[in-house]
Amino acid sequence: MWLYVARRILYAVPIALGVTAFCFALVYLAPGNPLQLLLPPDASAEVIDLIKKTYGFDKPIPVQYAIWLGRALTGDLGVSIATNRPVTGEVLGALSNTVILSVAAVILAFSLAFTLGLLAAWFNGRWVDRLVTGFSIVGVSVPNYWLGMVLIIVFAVNMNWLPATGMGSKGSESFRLTDWEQLRHAILPVVTMSMIPLGIIMRTTRSAVSEVLNHDFVQTLRAKGLGEFAVLRHAVRNALPAVLAVMGLQFGYLMGGSILIETIFTWPGTGFLLNKAILTRDIPVLQGTILVLALIFVATNLVVDLIQTAVDPRIKRA
Amino acid sequence: MKTSFRRLAAGMVMGLAAASAAPAAHAESVLRVAMTAGDIPDVTGQPDQGFEGYRFVGYSLYDALINWDLTRSDREATLKPGLATKWSIDPADNKRWIFELRQGIKFHDGCPFNADTVVWNVKRLTDNTVPQFVAKQFAAMRTRTVNIAGVEKIDDGKVAIIMKEPDSLFYIQMSFWMMVSNCQFEKAGNDNGKYALMPSGTGPYKFDKFVPRERLELVRNADYWDKPRIPKHDRLVLIPMPEATTRAAALLAGQVDLVEAPSPDTVPRLKQSGMTVLTNAYPHNWAYQLNFVDGPFKDKRVRQAANYALNRADMKEMLGGFMIEGYATVPPNSAWFGKPVKYEYDPKKAAALLKQAGCYPCEVTFAISTSGSGQMQPLPMNELVKAQLEEAGFKVKLEVMDWNALLDVTFKGREKFPQYHAVNVSRATQDPFSGIFRFAMKSQNAPAGGNWGWYYNAEIEDLIKKIYTTFDEVARDKMIVKVHEIMNDDAAMIWVAHDVNPRALSPKLKGFVQAQSWFQDLTPIVVEDKTN
Repeated sequence: MWLYVARRILYAVPIALGVTAFCFALVYLAPGNPLQLLLPPDASAEVIDLIKKTYGFDKPIPVQYAIWLGRALTGDLGVSIATNRPVTGEVLGALSNTVILSVAAVILAFSLAFTLGLLAAWFNGRWVDRLVTGFSIVGVSVPNYWLGMVLIIVFAVNMNWLPATGMGSKGSESFRLTDWEQLRHAILPVVTMSMIPLGIIMRTTRSAVSEVLNHDFVQTLRAKGLGEFAVLRHAVRNALPAVLAVMGLQFGYLMGGSILIETIFTWPGTGFLLNKAILTRDIPVLQGTILVLALIFVATNLVVDLIQTAVDPRIKRA
Repeated sequence: MKTSFRRLAAGMVMGLAAASAAPAAHAESVLRVAMTAGDIPDVTGQPDQGFEGYRFVGYSLYDALINWDLTRSDREATLKPGLATKWSIDPADNKRWIFELRQGIKFHDGCPFNADTVVWNVKRLTDNTVPQFVAKQFAAMRTRTVNIAGVEKIDDGKVAIIMKEPDSLFYIQMSFWMMVSNCQFEKAGNDNGKYALMPSGTGPYKFDKFVPRERLELVRNADYWDKPRIPKHDRLVLIPMPEATTRAAALLAGQVDLVEAPSPDTVPRLKQSGMTVLTNAYPHNWAYQLNFVDGPFKDKRVRQAANYALNRADMKEMLGGFMIEGYATVPPNSAWFGKPVKYEYDPKKAAALLKQAGCYPCEVTFAISTSGSGQMQPLPMNELVKAQLEEAGFKVKLEVMDWNALLDVTFKGREKFPQYHAVNVSRATQDPFSGIFRFAMKSQNAPAGGNWGWYYNAEIEDLIKKIYTTFDEVARDKMIVKVHEIMNDDAAMIWVAHDVNPRALSPKLKGFVQAQSWFQDLTPIVVEDKTN
């Protein structure tokens, strides 16, 4: 077991390194220039040189990468071009806001999806199954930014029940999980955000569990006189690795924040930060944010792999 | 339900306790504004985020030596004395502008404003050897400061700014120059990052606090020197909200009181809910700059044909009436408009001109953006332009890119991008140089300046030279009008629209006057307390 864990962690290192090189190069491939938003339209070559030097863009790209990587390893992701604030602080601040959304969406989506998926599998082919399957298709197919707008129009504008935007009456500063008045701001974005994972996990759970229920061993269990609930427990245990893998991926996606949802709800998370950084070509912020998100994705997958191994010993042997 | 009610009740009790603990009985009146920007504009002097930054942050925290008079909605905004009471060219030397400074003014931190402060501020943006020099601020102002040779204190109440070349229009640039407190900057250890957390100007609002990307809170400066402009509300909260639908929803849900640029399709709903929707002309130009070296627009007849081919009334209808038909570089309310040739919709004439020019069908490629500052609704507008031009015999290819990529094309000019025959970048036109001249002067040929497609007219060159050395405003303005008219005669651009800058206000707000300007004065707004 420990050998497997060590090997898995070791594998993550080259992946993480590849990610840093990729995300560094990526932003240079896009047309446009980070200095454009700092410079007047008719800046002279002399001014452009001065600004390039100030922000370190005068060096060759591989050298810039090496410097950046060296600093990144110490936790310093550089300084935002647009705001002059340290990127590490910007990303961590935004990340903590996104975590609130994504963890809430994860809890909502996972618990609901797992329960409903299980029900659908158990009542395979009956109306409960059809209802759940229909719901999951809607969840996966409806564009979530559109859903967000509809929810805003219905619940914020027409009914005036919930706030339309922002993270609290005074933004992230006033947001408290214990304060209902502030917590209300999170409801619409969380519901919107949970729709896609809800649909996907529901479908995965349904198909994985119903597949297991068709196996011969289930019949054996029943033949041995096991109660239906105990049979279901066995089925779930066998279906769990597949469901967990999908959950892990979805958790990773959610942690990245959603550019569309955070922009629609003016939620100051990583998606909102990325959107702004892309539009202004704020390269240090862009690189820093992508790096942190990618590392979280790598780490999430690692953790899911390890949990899967713990749940299903067959994986370790493979 | 029960628990949520309990929580709500607990929250209310806590809220009441907090309210009763606060000593002030008077409820603070707060004006909350949703900006189109994606972040809080720079607060350290020269704002970023385009003119929205100047509008909400620059002229709120700071004053310039010359301010804009934004009290009227019925004529184009004009300049008025700010921290300088008078300005004039030195009669003995046409390269020396002399500014007489207002006396007894103090910065928010208590530091006095005087000639030394002005010298300090001018050096801050022109001299990279002084400790107060900030590269980003320097870069942002470079176009406006490039002609400055030096600055001199004459006495405590007077400074001279010395030009490299005579410049009769220089004083206008001083209206974009925010005067920063030297004491406060020194207190921040000459560190712009630290100063950003404690900025100090002389403006009608003082800095209170800010949360990056979320909100900037300013409070009333009760000691503001321009008494009529002491804010009629206690607090101004600026919230970045880049998505237009979100801004409209936030206004409807009562989370903000004033929104910038609601999209035309939300306007009927806003009006129906009792919101006031205001529009007004302002110096804005939505047009195409053309390539005068590569491709068919070299030929004047093709340029004229494109202008004749446009049915601007249709465009206006598509935008729900939210535009002024554009036939020239500056809008008709401008002092420099004159009597330009008006290329009214005439598709037959357009087709005939194209045939004469031997370009039929005439294939052209336009570089356009998906969004951007002042770009209005670039995608549907460009689609309509394409359809109208094709009706007259053009064959138009739209190269769509994001705003930053389009700026790249614009800055580098036609030489680097000969495949484009036109670029669609909106422009502010409130001063003759940035609104008109830089698109016509040879010295401004991109990448050196704003003349993207290298337009050239010898008569314009001569006139502009004369304008810069003519210090009599009436005579000078006549020549500016002439330059504007010649550009039209040359069909130097394809003109389409001037924006009208819609904004929507909650019925709680009283007293706002929408000036014909990029800038607006929020200070007279009264927020009526209608707690519900």
